[in-house]
Amino acid sequence: MPVESIFHRLEALLPKVQKPIQYVGGELNSTVKDWDSADVRWALMYPDAYEVGLPNQGVAILYEILNELPATLAERTYAVWPDLEALMRAEGVPQFTVDAHRPVRAFDVLGVSFSTELGYTNLLTALDLAGIPLEAVRRGEDDPIVIAGGHAAFNPEPIADFIDAAVLGDGEQISIAITEVIREWKAEGRPGGRDELLMRLAESGGVYVPKFYDVDYHPDGRIKRVAPNRAEVPWRVHKHTVMDLDEWPYPKKPLVPLAETVHERFSVEIFRGCTRGCRFCQAGMITRPVRERSITTIGAMVENGVKESGFNEVGLLSLSSADHSEIGDIAKGLADRYEGTNTSLSLPSTRVDAFNIDLANEFSRNGRRSGLTFAPEGGSERMRKVINKMVTEEDLIRTVTTAYSQGWRQVKLYFMCGLPTETDEDVLGIADLAKKVIKAGREATGSRDIRCTVSIGGFVPKPHTPFQWAGQADHETVDRRLKALRDALRGDKEYGRAIGYRYHDGKPSIVEGLLSRGDRRVGAVIRAVWEDGGRFDGWSEHFSYERWMAAAEKAGVDVDWYTTREREENEVLPWDHLDAGLDREWLWQDWQEAISGGEVEDCRWTPCYDCGVCPTMGTEIQIGPTGRKLLPLTVV
Amino acid sequence: MQRLRVRYAKRGRLRFTSHRDISRAVERAVRRAGIPVAYSAGFSPHPKISYAGAAPTGVASEAEYLEIGVTTPCDPEQVRFGLDESLPPGLDVLDVVEAGPGGLADRLEVSDWEVRLPGADRELAEVAAEKFLAAGTVEVERLTKKGMRRFDAREAVLGLTVSEGTDRTAAQVHGQPCVILRMVVRHMTPAVRPDDVLTGLRLVADFAPPVPPEVTRLAQGPLDARTGALADPLDLDRDNTRGGEAGPASEHVAG
Repeated sequence: MPVESIFHRLEALLPKVQKPIQYVGGELNSTVKDWDSADVRWALMYPDAYEVGLPNQGVAILYEILNELPATLAERTYAVWPDLEALMRAEGVPQFTVDAHRPVRAFDVLGVSFSTELGYTNLLTALDLAGIPLEAVRRGEDDPIVIAGGHAAFNPEPIADFIDAAVLGDGEQISIAITEVIREWKAEGRPGGRDELLMRLAESGGVYVPKFYDVDYHPDGRIKRVAPNRAEVPWRVHKHTVMDLDEWPYPKKPLVPLAETVHERFSVEIFRGCTRGCRFCQAGMITRPVRERSITTIGAMVENGVKESGFNEVGLLSLSSADHSEIGDIAKGLADRYEGTNTSLSLPSTRVDAFNIDLANEFSRNGRRSGLTFAPEGGSERMRKVINKMVTEEDLIRTVTTAYSQGWRQVKLYFMCGLPTETDEDVLGIADLAKKVIKAGREATGSRDIRCTVSIGGFVPKPHTPFQWAGQADHETVDRRLKALRDALRGDKEYGRAIGYRYHDGKPSIVEGLLSRGDRRVGAVIRAVWEDGGRFDGWSEHFSYERWMAAAEKAGVDVDWYTTREREENEVLPWDHLDAGLDREWLWQDWQEAISGGEVEDCRWTPCYDCGVCPTMGTEIQIGPTGRKLLPLTVV
Repeated sequence: MQRLRVRYAKRGRLRFTSHRDISRAVERAVRRAGIPVAYSAGFSPHPKISYAGAAPTGVASEAEYLEIGVTTPCDPEQVRFGLDESLPPGLDVLDVVEAGPGGLADRLEVSDWEVRLPGADRELAEVAAEKFLAAGTVEVERLTKKGMRRFDAREAVLGLTVSEGTDRTAAQVHGQPCVILRMVVRHMTPAVRPDDVLTGLRLVADFAPPVPPEVTRLAQGPLDARTGALADPLDLDRDNTRGGEAGPASEHVAG
């Protein structure tokens, strides 16, 4: 059956909405295939606005990989803003892909990448606009299989009612495997319908199908047991790990948007995983082990990406980019290659040490030394030990002073508020630190023309981290500490004017906390919020704390119980049946170490401390150096 | 420094690009095409690309103009091909000439607009056009960045005709019948845009199209004093550098 473009119907609505260009597609390097040329068709969604979703690496990579497969097509869809949503509802225009403007419901799979839990309400909008029943159990043979991925999918329980399946970890290989399972099932004439397809996916242990697992509760509300309700389904579902990033050098054909997006650059992931062991960091825990891309592959990807896209900025992405074993040679090699071309290089994720400034200097040979960012995360030495962010005050001040004296004028410092065991003094310590930074900077440069910005956000305990048992700080405490810090910074006559202060209030963190560590009962809250008009919860102008609290009350969900309550060691956590490879006993031990201020080294340079990932997942650390260098590009 | 003058079209779904979207796309296309664009000096160097009077977001155009400064002399035809290849389909490069003396913006005196009104009544449109042309002034209001502004929409309109055709949105094979207005409008300050003329038609004759209009700029350029016709603004450059053939000013390619 041919599937027609809805573009002519959408086109009539576009003159009435803000930034219509985000809905028309037609990006450089986008792919439109004949509907009938494929027998497996994916709609890939990033559940936020186009301007945020388009630069997302996960969606871009899967889009390319799936479109490279024979007889397979993939198109992209994003959350539409409320102005267009209202018009689409009025005119009966369904959720569409931006590539060929096909209705999302016509696809075999709707894959949704959740970087954050705050996209859940947008999933419901998209399903509803697509005409797909919100509840997975009500979907029929004509509805796509809805699969969640991304970091938030490591605890998909709050959206378990709305998704058919979830996939943990790297998507490259598993998305191909899923495609082949669907292809085979369709070729056989769809035996057993939707349920058999889900069963075939679930049997492997690599795809989580929530409805094949039952959750029992204790009378006090804690989970008693999560168990498969079919014999063929394994007790635990494991994450996926791509072991050789050089074999997967995507994106090869970077999407170049016409609309303005949040990251206007070509990004290359220089490695995956991180073993610094920061205890708050979910990304660092669930993406282990460290797997580097080699310097030569990085060089080739940058060369190709710049040529294919025309972007004038290249970002070297990872969780801690300065930790690549050959980052010095990469930085120098790329800086040499692109010197004088108006192509700028950036290293978004940085740690506190002098080596970092060398790298930043290498990347700013054109003389632009505007701002550097460091993330000490905790305001006091004690706090930094608790979170395992091993930076001494001395390190920090020495690093920042070096930056100032080498011509950097602006330093940004990232912190968190509401960390486990945190006291008012720990947060006020940030003010002392910032003042010392400015004082040392003025002494080193002999200039008063230096600035430091303190940026602070609320801490949210995340699944699969040592802090998964922690009680989250309530928003009153967080707001009180943030205000005290503001007063301490602003009130200072000598340094106050040189220090900027940016913060987020504590309420959104509570909602994020509810969704991060929630179980299936939280789904009713998400639905009630959505029915009450909740959309785009990651955007402060759309987010409403009151709406979430009212919905929780209506659904009989005690928000404090999910957020500020500390869990016991033996409590069954909603995500315990989902295996990120981390040994639960190690996580608990690390949580205990945290409380007593014990530190853990990075296993790249010290012996293994048995976090469990490598043996469980059959993986290993993959790092250089390869000893190779980047050669100059031949002049075209 | 050689300067190249470029005429390009904004067609079909890409009519929804804003001026800022286009300038980003052109900068990237110039880099992809390997055109040796000159950069400004200073703390954050910018490529030397300037734009003359861009059509508003949502309005298609067959005649947009920009100028690129290059560090080494380039063959205009190669630049036309390379830039067109590097821009997404719908942003199409139609003509490139080496700039002669005189500013390009000064030559863009008048625009020829086509306004398609699906579902509108032709007779009412004709009556409204007559009344509009007969009026001495037609004061309209529009919300601008500086707030609500009131100005005359009549004086700038040199011609206004009504005909019929079909609408031709990108995905439709068979368009719906529609009324077509052609307006020749002089560039003035404040600018009088096709929607201001439509506002004027509503004010003088209560003429209101049922759905949003589809607007296309067909041409812009200097007005020939003798014939009263619109001339190709790049002809002067062509005369100056090559004495070559003149491009048709109102060549119209459907998107």
